[in-house]
Amino acid sequence: MNGEVLAFWVLAVVLVGSALSVVLTTNLFHAVLWLALALTGTAGVFLLLDAEFIAAVQLLLYAGGIITIVVFAIVVTERLVGERISQTSRRLAGGGIVATVLLGAIVSAVLERPLARAKPAVDGDLTRAVGDVVLTRFVLPFELLALLMLAALLSAIYFARPDD
Amino acid sequence: MGLQAYLILAATVFAIGLFGVVTRRNTIGILLGIELMLNAVNINLVAFARFSADVTGMVFTIFTICITVSEAALGLAIVILLFRTRRTVMADHLDLLKG
Repeated sequence: MNGEVLAFWVLAVVLVGSALSVVLTTNLFHAVLWLALALTGTAGVFLLLDAEFIAAVQLLLYAGGIITIVVFAIVVTERLVGERISQTSRRLAGGGIVATVLLGAIVSAVLERPLARAKPAVDGDLTRAVGDVVLTRFVLPFELLALLMLAALLSAIYFARPDD
Repeated sequence: MGLQAYLILAATVFAIGLFGVVTRRNTIGILLGIELMLNAVNINLVAFARFSADVTGMVFTIFTICITVSEAALGLAIVILLFRTRRTVMADHLDLLKG
């Protein structure tokens, strides 16, 4: 067993375990912390796939940004009602069946196909290649993305503005 | 590890996220499930990009991460707004559009 296989299995256990905790724990705040662990584990998977830049973006934007926003939302909403928000689940059996059927369908489809077993060698820096492509071939979607984020943030501020 | 292992890992995380979206009663909990599902999609994109030696998938991952952040900010703003007006975050109680 070489290092990569070991790292993959450790990350897989962390990722699946923390994802299960996100959907099963009853404390909403704990669920967010488990989500942070799951997102960090995903950054580790990206590192295994030689995508250092994506891993950094994942840590900064996701694990940093989203977790902060969610914690803020919980704190603000709990202060508004002045009581703890319960985090319960319903229709566990139905949800379990739906998720299991979907997982079975995807896994059987994946197992049927002949897929690459080994990573092809990359020549040069992947981060540099990503940067080149973003500013040449994908420059229009990139600019549209900036517009989308501006619109989303402005509307978020508009929605959450104080009452006047 | 082959591409298969990464795809199955992503499918597992996606199914767990779907389970959360279906079963959670709290809207913030549903949003957390959606984050998990989008995260699984990102693993798929990066894995395919790496195994086909084509960076397009990684560019798409950057796009999806940015869109997810917008979605989270907007979704939580809506949750706060709902909380102000309806005093609840339980999805079952939000039946204003029910015919």
